[in-house]
Amino acid sequence: MQLDILMIEDEPNIAEAVRFILSREGWQVGLHDDGAGGIEAIREARPRLVILDLMLPNRSGAEILADLRAADDAALASTPVLMLTARGQVREAASAADAMLTKPFDNADLRAQVRRMLA
Amino acid sequence: MPFEALLATCLGYVALMFTVAYAADRAAARGHVRWLDHPLVYTLSLSVYCSAWTFYGAVGYASRSGLEFLTIYLGPTLVFTGAWWGLRRLVRVARMHHVTSVADLVSARFGKSNKLAAIVTLIAVIASTPYIALQLQSVRLSFEVFALNAPNGAVPDGLGGTGLWVAAGLAVFTILFGTRNLAADERHHGVVTAIALEAVVKLLAFVALGVFVIWGLAEGPLDMLDRISRASTDPRVGEGWLLKSDRWTALILVSAAAILTLPRMFQVLVVEAADEERLHVAGWAFPAYLFAMSFFVLPIAVMGRELLPDDANPDLYVLTLPAAQGQDVLALLVFLGGFSAATSMVVVCAIAVATMVSNHWLVPVWLALRRIPAGDDADDLRGFVLNARRVAILAVMAAGWVYHEASGGTAALASMGLVAFTGMAQVLPAMVGGLMWRGANRKGAYCGIGTGLVLWMALIFLPSVGIGGDLPVPRGMDPWTAAVMLSLVLNTLAFIGMSIFGFPDPVERLQGLSFVSAVEPIRHSRMMRGDDRAEPLLAMARRVWGADPALRYFQAEARAQGKSGYLPDLTPSFLTRLERRLAGSIGSATAHAMIDRVAGGVALTVADLLQVADEAQRAKEETQRLEAARAELTRTARQLREANDKLTALSVQKDAFLGQISHELRTPMTSVRAFSEILKNPTLTEEERGRFAGIIHAEAARLTRLLDDLLDLSVLESGRAQLSIGVANLHDLITRALSAASATRPERGFLIDRDLPTEHLGVITDADRLLQVLINVITNARKYCDAEHPVLTIRVRPRDGGGAIIDVIDNGSGIDSGRQALIFQKFARLNDPARAGGAGLGLAICREIMVTLGGEISYLPGQGGAAFRIILPARPPGRAPTGIAVAD
Repeated sequence: MQLDILMIEDEPNIAEAVRFILSREGWQVGLHDDGAGGIEAIREARPRLVILDLMLPNRSGAEILADLRAADDAALASTPVLMLTARGQVREAASAADAMLTKPFDNADLRAQVRRMLA
Repeated sequence: MPFEALLATCLGYVALMFTVAYAADRAAARGHVRWLDHPLVYTLSLSVYCSAWTFYGAVGYASRSGLEFLTIYLGPTLVFTGAWWGLRRLVRVARMHHVTSVADLVSARFGKSNKLAAIVTLIAVIASTPYIALQLQSVRLSFEVFALNAPNGAVPDGLGGTGLWVAAGLAVFTILFGTRNLAADERHHGVVTAIALEAVVKLLAFVALGVFVIWGLAEGPLDMLDRISRASTDPRVGEGWLLKSDRWTALILVSAAAILTLPRMFQVLVVEAADEERLHVAGWAFPAYLFAMSFFVLPIAVMGRELLPDDANPDLYVLTLPAAQGQDVLALLVFLGGFSAATSMVVVCAIAVATMVSNHWLVPVWLALRRIPAGDDADDLRGFVLNARRVAILAVMAAGWVYHEASGGTAALASMGLVAFTGMAQVLPAMVGGLMWRGANRKGAYCGIGTGLVLWMALIFLPSVGIGGDLPVPRGMDPWTAAVMLSLVLNTLAFIGMSIFGFPDPVERLQGLSFVSAVEPIRHSRMMRGDDRAEPLLAMARRVWGADPALRYFQAEARAQGKSGYLPDLTPSFLTRLERRLAGSIGSATAHAMIDRVAGGVALTVADLLQVADEAQRAKEETQRLEAARAELTRTARQLREANDKLTALSVQKDAFLGQISHELRTPMTSVRAFSEILKNPTLTEEERGRFAGIIHAEAARLTRLLDDLLDLSVLESGRAQLSIGVANLHDLITRALSAASATRPERGFLIDRDLPTEHLGVITDADRLLQVLINVITNARKYCDAEHPVLTIRVRPRDGGGAIIDVIDNGSGIDSGRQALIFQKFARLNDPARAGGAGLGLAICREIMVTLGGEISYLPGQGGAAFRIILPARPPGRAPTGIAVAD
């Protein structure tokens, strides 16, 4: 089954919250909880949207984003990415992302962003 | 050869010399001095050392005394090869001070004393007069040789006047080319060039004759050597050919002194030297010239004795030998060579002696008699000095001619060369001492030169002119040698003795420093302030140099100081230069006295000198102070830079820390916010509501813990933590810690390995803080130990010197060696999916607590699992000595 959204997030409670919010909108949401293996998870799932936490164990969100954009597969490389960050000051690290959301976020904002990106 | 032809040749030769000198002077005036300044020209001019006395006399000397004539060449050769550094020093110092003569050198060194210069001038006049007479005689004798050989055999009328004509001609030449101007440096390009040409003629003539003797008269070198060895056993030679070492030593010493002190030698060697560099070439070329000149002396002497009648004068062998062989052209060449030797010596000697006489006798007297009216523009002094020189030249020539006429005979003049040498050698101790010894002073110079003068007059000069007898000496000792040694030794002793006991005056000290160290002298700063004195100084310089050159010099100096107009500031360095330039024209003593008089300066006193020294010292101290201040500034700047680096690093750390805190706060906040919003949705199941409320509660607790930890850390790090010190039993603390930690991952069944009897150890510490550390470490073990059957080992032992050591070891995989260094840092939480909401501050807090308690906590590698060692001191540092004081 094709995923609408793959979320890479190590904080289980945040992951659960996001998944709950987006699932209620009817999207299929998958989860990967480590920086390591992040790009492989995306390659395997081929989601229409990636929600990426910036601070991940083992491999940062920025690195995974770079991996993705450098992928051979042009379709894969152009997958839209919504970056989640808990640190406002590392904006530039996420500049290659299509959109960004700062934790904590408003649930309505999250829904609006995802809807816009999947449209 | 007809006498008229000889006369014509002679006049033609003289005309050539006039032309060369004139052309060289013109070229120099136009600034074309390149070839005139060539070191070879300089070297050739040094050959003025070979006067007629050596040109004719050496052969006579050799025929009477064998190889002894060589000493006259050995002395200068030794100076040029063995003491070249001394020569360089002499030339450098003399150029620096614009020294005009040997008398001026001594005077300048010993406090610019004119009296000293006047005494040296006296020696020079006494020694030079008969020496010049000797030259005139040699010319007359050589004329006679030709006249007697003339076909008609008649001596032309007026031949007796030859000396007069020669003296008059040379006087004209010398005045024309020796007193053309009053340059700042007493150089005479015309004279020097003419002399260099004459040196070539001299050498050519002598070598030609030598070649003729060896290959024309003898049958080559081997035959010549044969003849020489036969001649040395000739009974007529007698004791003359024996080598007398003491006499040789004295002769070499005296001729070495002569190359430095004879007025004409000082003139060409030092005064005419543009710089010391030309001594490089002269250093080998001049000894080579001397060698060439001496090489054929012995063959000519031996051949003359063989071929010429016994009554022939050996001093004229050089001329009579070729004449008797009918070699008219060769004889004429030799005649010109001898003529060159005589005339060059007379010309240079006259210039040198006349400079001394005018600078040290006539000008001071004239200045003393005439008060210079200030502001007078006439160059009267320049005119007077030039005229004084002309008169002095005429007087020197006249004296030589009169002496020649009065003495008449050959015998009285023959020894005059050596007499002159020994006379001027009396200046040597003061000269060498002045250059090498700062302690040498004027009194020493007076006494040394005075002693030398008196002894030389009494023991050498007067006996040589037939007044008084030789020094009475023991048999076997040479009276002349004894007299020379006695005069020189007593001279030197007087010089050294009086220098040691005397006290040099301030000017002497400054000059002595400049001479001995070969550094630029600086005129003391006592002189005038303000411009009003520059005008009279300019007027004075005009008197000496003429209006235009003086004005040009003053303008150049003013421009160098950055001033417009023609009156420079009277800085010490300007006055020093002005005085030295004037000294180059009128001698240092007179220049010094004139500047003093015009500038109205008072005599330099010891107080002035001390002031100079003080100023130098002050400048030095100021420099040192500035140096120290600069070093201090550098140090401060470095400290500031280091502090700045530290602050920058701290700032970066602080930013990173705030970033971490922001992240750690935002993460639980995100869950709380998201779920609380979700909870507002009325469609949630009851189960979902319960679960989400639980998450919110847990995340809120995590936030609280984080804030507690941060506060705790902040208090501990600032050193403001309040400790309640008391006695605690480690066994009880460990038990409580295990119990508190068991809430973490209770599903893990840990086997606890304790050694109970050793745990009963009393420690003086803050029990609650120590418990906090123990709980943290044990909780970490519970969280992270990944063994299937986890075991926690706790061991306690007393520490040497009081306190305790507690090891907490689990059997998990431990911590990578690369990360062991990081675990005690803030937010160093290792990435571990199993962690339970820690913010990564736990071990950082443990470390701070242990530091506060005076102990430490460290990771123990190589224990098979994660292992921590807690070290407790006997008591916390800086606490109440009772150890039991309890803070509230």
